[in-house]
Amino acid sequence: MSHRLRAEGLTLAYEQRTVIRELDVAIPDGSFTVIVGPNACGKSTLLRGLARMIKPAAGSVTLDERPITAYGSKEVARRLAVLPQSPTAPDGITVLDLVARGRYPHQSLLKQWSVADEEAVRAAMAATGVAELAERDVAQLSGGQRQRVWIAMVLAQQTPLLLLDEPTTFLDIAFQLDVLDLCADLHAGGERTLVAVLHDLNHACRYATHLIAMREGAIVAQGPPGEIVDADLVRAVFGITCEVVPDPQTGTPMIVPAGRETRRRRREAAAAEDPVAVTPS
Amino acid sequence: MTTTETRPLPTGPVVRTERVSVRVRTRVVTATVALLVAAAVLGALAMTLGDYQLSVGQVIGALTGSGSRAQEYVVLGLRAPRVVLALVVGAALGVGGAVFQSLARNNLASPDLLGFTTGAASGALIAIVLVGGGPAGTTIGAIAGTLVTAVVVQALLGGAVGGYRLVLVGIGVNAVLAAFNNFLILRTDLSTAVAAQSWLVGTLNGRGWTQVVVVAIALAVLVPIAAAGSRRLDLLGMGDDVARGLGVAVERTRVTTLLVGVALVGVATAAVGPVAFVALAAPQLARRIMGTTGPGVLAAGLLGAVLLLAGDVLGQHLAAPTQFPAGTMTAAVGGLYLVWLLAREWRAGR
Repeated sequence: MSHRLRAEGLTLAYEQRTVIRELDVAIPDGSFTVIVGPNACGKSTLLRGLARMIKPAAGSVTLDERPITAYGSKEVARRLAVLPQSPTAPDGITVLDLVARGRYPHQSLLKQWSVADEEAVRAAMAATGVAELAERDVAQLSGGQRQRVWIAMVLAQQTPLLLLDEPTTFLDIAFQLDVLDLCADLHAGGERTLVAVLHDLNHACRYATHLIAMREGAIVAQGPPGEIVDADLVRAVFGITCEVVPDPQTGTPMIVPAGRETRRRRREAAAAEDPVAVTPS
Repeated sequence: MTTTETRPLPTGPVVRTERVSVRVRTRVVTATVALLVAAAVLGALAMTLGDYQLSVGQVIGALTGSGSRAQEYVVLGLRAPRVVLALVVGAALGVGGAVFQSLARNNLASPDLLGFTTGAASGALIAIVLVGGGPAGTTIGAIAGTLVTAVVVQALLGGAVGGYRLVLVGIGVNAVLAAFNNFLILRTDLSTAVAAQSWLVGTLNGRGWTQVVVVAIALAVLVPIAAAGSRRLDLLGMGDDVARGLGVAVERTRVTTLLVGVALVGVATAAVGPVAFVALAAPQLARRIMGTTGPGVLAAGLLGAVLLLAGDVLGQHLAAPTQFPAGTMTAAVGGLYLVWLLAREWRAGR
């Protein structure tokens, strides 16, 4: 399997705090890769590092066999699109104008609205189901609609790689599924590689073709969810006792946390065995 | 094909040739024409009104060289440079304001509120007191003063921040610099002090073609750079990560446009003294009039030019024969505008 996007010996740090240390990772082409892990495990940091949002303290990110830093800014943006957490929509901007901004890496000072731009924006809006909203003010949309519009913007970049940082956060369950279904549709053609950071392990198991489980800045396991997710992995990553059963709807692994009493007894037993390595929950 | 796919995007008219393709925003075109007409009308008023009343025909005669000596002196020597100076200085302030506001992602981040203008005054005063001024010394002093203030304010703020912190830092910086400016004036001899004081008011009075030429050259060099960076600034408004994701070289854009903004405000302030309100209001009014969302560098420049010319015409003729400096007029209007803006931000809970 080939990997257009990968990192070797990647160390990422904010100021003095090192979040990720000497990590190797490769994103399988054509996969829907989902990164999961507990809060502050460095999953968003890894995504931001892969998308050249953070300059590595050591190591490198490779895009299409060249260091990502060797490309011009717009050149990277024509190969890899990224939707960060909580982007800010300018006051009073319409849906069409926001989606059209995704065309920036394909435009120049004189060529600002080519036929290709128009087609890409139209296709992105159709794929995300926001074509009807074209003239609406982004600020007046619901959270779920707004997230679709942002995804349309990065889709308009027409890149083979699409990175999404927690695209379902702050959305209710219906909108979460809506966004994940959209991601699955975008992935379905097989030409696009999607990478997303998600919180919900069951969602990750349902939608991901490749799962990366992280803890404390390191990768604990990776592979298809059906092959790697079991009770031991969930305990190793999230520190909770659970049962993993086949999802009655999809057959993918489904995590059912143990009852409160069971988890408490389990925690006490662990504490008696090894007083130092007590994990939460 | 379904109907949704064939329906044209509501982009408005699009102009496409082999090398150029742009969306034409009807409202922007209309508003630009309206502003140009406003500038022409104000310019005509400024050229004809005054102690020495002239008709439009006489003004045109003087401009084309067929007027009397007195008419030529009044038009070419007194009124024309004043009108052109108001236009170029207003444009420089408008563009500078647009740059700073979008860099800080804050509508209150105008050079006058942040103390940049007072800093420019400090630099210019140092030049006036120490080396006796002159256009070159004052200009370099004002640019250096603006740059130092911008660096200090940037360090104090550390990135994009909400309205109140910005205003508080601005008040602090303004107070320190104003005190320093007073100190400089008190320490110097009377004639220098009077010259400095009259400059500090922010007036177009007694300026001439020299100042016009300096500011016009600065505009010719800097505005194209700012305009080319306008789209990148616009994308920066969505957050550094979004902008970088779309292929904007974030750091380079920030440094280039910051330097352009500093130079424009410095040059404008050196020419006429500190003028309030224009840099604060022009970008926002431009966005409202044009119905656009970005920094609209060129639109802000056009509106700044119209605002300052309007301020000067009003200042000269509103309570004639008493003349108010343009800076006083714009400060009075700007104070009201600022109160309104703060009240609005307050209600929005920022």
